[in-house]
Amino acid sequence: MIERRPVLDFVSHAVLILGVVIVAFPVYLAFIASTQTAREIATSHPMSLLPGGNLINSYQLALWGGKVEGGGTIAAGWPMLWTSFVMAMVIALGKIAISLLSAFALVYFRFPFRGLVFWLIFITLMLPVEVRIGPTYQVISDLKMLNSYAGLTVPLIASATATFLFRQFFLTVPDELAEAARIDGAGPMRFFKDILLPLSKTSMAALFVIQFIYGWNQYLWPLIVTTSEDMYPIVLGIKRAIFGEIYVEWNVVMATAILAMLPPALVVMLMQKWFVKGLVDTEK
Amino acid sequence: MEKRVRFKSAWLPWLLIAPQMAIVLVFFFWPAAQALYQSVLQEDAFGTSREFVGLANFERLFSDPGYLASFRITALFSALVAVIGISVALVLAVMANRVVRGATVYKTLLIWPYAVAPVVAGVLWLMMFASPWGVVSYALQAMGFQWNHLLNPNHAMALIVIAAVWKQISYNFLFFLAGLQSIPNAVIEAATIDGASPWRRFWTIVFPLLSPTTFFLLVMNVIYAFFDTFAIVDAATHGGPGKDTAILVYKVYYDGFKALDMGGSAAQSVVLMAIVIVLTVFQFRFVEKKVQY
Repeated sequence: MIERRPVLDFVSHAVLILGVVIVAFPVYLAFIASTQTAREIATSHPMSLLPGGNLINSYQLALWGGKVEGGGTIAAGWPMLWTSFVMAMVIALGKIAISLLSAFALVYFRFPFRGLVFWLIFITLMLPVEVRIGPTYQVISDLKMLNSYAGLTVPLIASATATFLFRQFFLTVPDELAEAARIDGAGPMRFFKDILLPLSKTSMAALFVIQFIYGWNQYLWPLIVTTSEDMYPIVLGIKRAIFGEIYVEWNVVMATAILAMLPPALVVMLMQKWFVKGLVDTEK
Repeated sequence: MEKRVRFKSAWLPWLLIAPQMAIVLVFFFWPAAQALYQSVLQEDAFGTSREFVGLANFERLFSDPGYLASFRITALFSALVAVIGISVALVLAVMANRVVRGATVYKTLLIWPYAVAPVVAGVLWLMMFASPWGVVSYALQAMGFQWNHLLNPNHAMALIVIAAVWKQISYNFLFFLAGLQSIPNAVIEAATIDGASPWRRFWTIVFPLLSPTTFFLLVMNVIYAFFDTFAIVDAATHGGPGKDTAILVYKVYYDGFKALDMGGSAAQSVVLMAIVIVLTVFQFRFVEKKVQY
């Protein structure tokens, strides 16, 4: 703070509080809706802003599914949460693993076509899954990977940003460490495992947070590679609950939405330090 | 910077890059090549016959009013998302950078929407604008404003812009805050001693020093609006009313997987690839080398 300006301080706090309220309000409403019954939501104009008494029922339906008054059936969300979790973990850990290995190769070895390899990885930045969905779907279909964890995760695992992040980090590791390791008779993999990996822990943790969220929130890709319900991640469960139904069970939709956002939101809140580092490092 | 010390092995480096190369070649380059190849083919609906048609798919695409409309929609959508999202986040970041008490609390409370899936953002705002019981649409009605995103294209556009901005604010906020905190205090202090008001200091010193961050965010927000908002559109408006909120990515998906026009969808993919390439080049040319004014 440079100078004391009480009015400006007041304005700052007011603006920030307003910002926090706007950011939080939709989620508050979602929670409120999940505590009411579908009928309560649809018949009160506007919907009540105070909690109702249907919390347990809404979440039971969202987690384990079942029949509802309107006659429709709700699919169980529990298996979808599990699919999302596996998918997010495989994508996050897979990206970290293959990026560590390729960054190690790029930094600590000289081999033919090293430059070409570097550029091939770089170009993947320009090929997000959204622009190649049609043909990538065909490849997955030809490889018989539809409706499998492999199909859900493998095409999303390669990551230029993660590779560059580790490459950047390895370049700052002092040469003396590799020299010492070599003098001690350690081979490259020994050096990688005993020296480089422990040093990279911070970067790995930061990257994990970002990639877990990325994996958990994937939508378009699961939408096309999964056709069987038992491979749907939770984000698709939400879509299914609002489309094709004549009568939307908003309380269950909102309970599902809360369940879908809880794990990544917790990861961000609990690992805030790593999250910020991961975000800034991977994007720059 | 190059390493002085290197390990020697003829096969180990290849083994190390093999997993990444396998994925990159099979799931990135092969499909991208397929998209290029398909974009010059005409396939009948049953996939039984193919014919080389040159650039006909592209000609068809760019003479299709629906596609050109989708271009305009995407341009408008991403401009609104980027400008509104960046402005709001900048105000919040400047305020958060000012306050001493509670700065961490504000930061924590403002960054978590990053973790919310786009589809959830879409559904949350859809509920708030649902007629007639949605909280916001009801409030608008009470003020004499008839909200109907199912029929009014402007309302539908507003709905997806609000949801997309809401989700992106945390991202912009974090980068602006990091940018603000890297501005040396001495510069601001010197200006204060010279008698510059906070308002003047912001526009003559702080804002220019933030220009690299702003430019970076502009590119990232456009990329976000183009590619990461599919789920918002799919959940909130389904591309409607009519095709009034069908952004380019939505159209690729719709034409390829719903209308089964593979050649047209592939041509659209190629156009999108060209857009990403331009954006990426921009990002690296200007952002990596830091825009300096």
